[in-house]
Amino acid sequence: MKIKLKVWRQKNAESPGRFEIYDTPELNPNMSFLEMLDVVNEELALKGIEPIAFAHDCREGICGTCSCVINGKPHGPHRGVATCQTYMRSFKDGDLVLVEPFRARPFPVIKDLIVNRAAFDKIMQAGGYITARVGSAPEANNLPVPKENAELAMDAAQCIGCGACVAACKNASAMLFTAAKVSHLGYLPQGQPERYLRVKAMVEAMDAAGFGACTVTGSCEAVCPKNINLTFIARMNRDYALALLKGEPKKTSTVAA
Amino acid sequence: MKLESRIPSGPLAQKWDKCKIENKLVNPSNKRKYEVIVVGAGLAGASAAATLGQLGYRVKNFVYHDTPRRAHSIAAQGGINAAKNYQNDGDSVFRLFYDTIKGGDFRAREANVYRLAQVSANIIDQCVAQGVPFAREYGGLLDNRSFGGAQVSRTFYARGQTGQQLLLGAYSALCQQIAAGNVVSYTFSEMLDLVVVDGHAKGIIVRDLLTGKISRHNADAVILATGGYANVFYLSTNALNSNATAIWRAYKRGAGFANPCFTQIHPTCIPVSGDYQSKLTLMSESLRNDGRIWVPKKPGDKRSPESIPEEERDYYLERMYPSYGNLCPRDIASRAAKRVCDEGRGVGESGRGVYLDFSDAIKRLGVEKIRERYGNLFDIYHEITGENAYQTPMRIYPAVHYVMGGLWVDYHLMSNIPGLFVLGEANFSDHGANRLGASALMQGLADGYFVIPYTISHYLALQNPDKRPKVEHPAFQEAEENVRGIIKRLLSIKGKRTVASFHKELGHIMWEYCGMARSEAGLKKALQLIPKLRDEFWHNLLLPGGDSELNQSLERAGRVADFLELAELLCLDALERRESCGGHFREEYQYPDGEAKRDDENFSHVAVWEYQGPDKAPVRHTEPLVFEEVHPSTRSYK
Repeated sequence: MKIKLKVWRQKNAESPGRFEIYDTPELNPNMSFLEMLDVVNEELALKGIEPIAFAHDCREGICGTCSCVINGKPHGPHRGVATCQTYMRSFKDGDLVLVEPFRARPFPVIKDLIVNRAAFDKIMQAGGYITARVGSAPEANNLPVPKENAELAMDAAQCIGCGACVAACKNASAMLFTAAKVSHLGYLPQGQPERYLRVKAMVEAMDAAGFGACTVTGSCEAVCPKNINLTFIARMNRDYALALLKGEPKKTSTVAA
Repeated sequence: MKLESRIPSGPLAQKWDKCKIENKLVNPSNKRKYEVIVVGAGLAGASAAATLGQLGYRVKNFVYHDTPRRAHSIAAQGGINAAKNYQNDGDSVFRLFYDTIKGGDFRAREANVYRLAQVSANIIDQCVAQGVPFAREYGGLLDNRSFGGAQVSRTFYARGQTGQQLLLGAYSALCQQIAAGNVVSYTFSEMLDLVVVDGHAKGIIVRDLLTGKISRHNADAVILATGGYANVFYLSTNALNSNATAIWRAYKRGAGFANPCFTQIHPTCIPVSGDYQSKLTLMSESLRNDGRIWVPKKPGDKRSPESIPEEERDYYLERMYPSYGNLCPRDIASRAAKRVCDEGRGVGESGRGVYLDFSDAIKRLGVEKIRERYGNLFDIYHEITGENAYQTPMRIYPAVHYVMGGLWVDYHLMSNIPGLFVLGEANFSDHGANRLGASALMQGLADGYFVIPYTISHYLALQNPDKRPKVEHPAFQEAEENVRGIIKRLLSIKGKRTVASFHKELGHIMWEYCGMARSEAGLKKALQLIPKLRDEFWHNLLLPGGDSELNQSLERAGRVADFLELAELLCLDALERRESCGGHFREEYQYPDGEAKRDDENFSHVAVWEYQGPDKAPVRHTEPLVFEEVHPSTRSYK
């Protein structure tokens, strides 16, 4: 099979981008989408054209590095599957396939199909952790975790931080990502002491990074390669509301700094 | 080259305590005066950077990824070992130690492995405290599964994503330290050289992958946690960007490279399907708990698996290794698969595959239980092959997966260059000639959370942070010029062959002559082919783009240039090790039944290679392995 690739080319963040159309060489339907790009890039290089820059690493759907929008859909046609695990058998011979970077203001384009997702790190740094100094942990089985909670935490923890949820959202909202992180820790007993501080700090960091608001269209859940559930957003909203009601923690010293 | 292992004297069980007592400490208020560079943020790097940050050192963390949460540790599926004995099935620190030493075919240091087993329990405690969502039983306590090379169930897991969940735990701790200002995180930053001042590691040279800017970074100590070099084989289960450049360039600055020929071939990967293939995908070893491995008894039997009756199937692992069966160690399972395929009994289009069959387990436990245990692995298999493993057996074949070899380190995890510490897969220390499943995660986190914090203080206490060499020092200047020189040379070749084509050809050579079975003739052939290919690389490389922008071809060219050198050392080491042990199988050294024949008289040592300069043969040193507690025996899993 062969396809026509209509692909976004952009030299860097400052330059304007444009679409280019390339005919692929003969492809094997069992190739992954990224292996197809490898093959196209080999041809481009031999023709003296700079290869298409695209983000990738593990190529087994777990590192969250790959990030294309394929035919208008982040991570391509299949539900619950990342770009790297999308195979050419999902396309037909002669198809015109549109490939773009994730488009969201907090994810500036670096080059071609690569965007910068450092904004996610900022959200995590604001509170996406349980304070647990190495050396101070109690014996692991001292704290039983109901299986149901452990499973729900794991459902949320599966997020691979790819950013497809943001790319799919018309508001470029990062609610699904943030909610997954908040819920992962919030379902566990270990996560309770910092639960409300965490949700408040992470939501504020999310807003500060320029992500939009959630209008519950559910497009994020539809493109998530790990099928993270939209209900985590409801859970985060509830925690956030409670955090606001609880107010700021009291200052321990009244002397002005 | 001085190879002093610094293993404390005294009984095995007390060595680590003795080391901790004897180590010098750095006063809490002095810690903030010290700067430590950590390269890499996989399990070892992220845990080290976070822990040193918590202690109050000023840490700089460098990754070539876009964020410190993407390192290849995330891909580990099956689990992490720990001697908790929660199953009441006879596990203990000593048993984990013994299994690991024996699994490594008696080619690892006793003291290091014992320490690893000792701290294994602390790792689970730490990870649970961080919120790692390990699998649990209905009573809320932690669940375990069994893994290859062990007769107890000591493996903790988080669905099929244990590596990802452990890394997210370490990354979250790192995030907290970054927010607190104790760690400065440099992303899109690739280390391209080590700076050695007066014999001590005092900094690194880094290329910003987005702008091409080369920068110098100084510190009081440098920690490399940059992973393994399995991608020297081109096709492996490693992530595509995993590379050897950091450790290779440290080797060229004088760090000893230990046992490069100890590479691991994992028995359960999805078979290669075509020439375009860019990587191989692992199916977790945990599948061997419930899956049964078989091939048809008759060579060339092309019937579908369902239509081959039970009595015409050869469950060869259960037949050859009745006491461990499908759970024998990786090297043994891989070689057995190769043997049955060489006999013409392999399955699938290429004939290089064996069945991993779940039908008995599904009959015994029901589909739902299997889905709960392995659902995501069955999904991955389906995505890649389009086949449903609930209905038809998986087809699997061995693939390069991990390297036990790496930079030489002493008991403190310091290389022979003072101030240069090496953690995780990048060092050689704990797995001998073969790593057991679920032990890589254990080692990475042991090194980062529980070893380096104690040993680095002993080094730092003797350093004066006020006299830390400045980046204007001539050694920094020289290293930066070296880096610029390599990049300039790569870009000026203007040849006709792409970097991918060179990498692929190198991989073919390595798999053919230095893969699952090695021979003197084959290795000598490889040692002729590799320099030829390297020479062509430096004369005929086609490298698009420039050096002052994001240029993935340039990044890869630098890494492949290093693989082309490392490959030669790997083959040389394999040639010089005239025995079979663990993952290193020399055809000349085997028993009549095809089992590996170790030579303890001549090779019970670590081979450590010292770089001598370009176009000069490296020198092979040895560190003898002393066994005080266990008696190296012929490894039997029968």
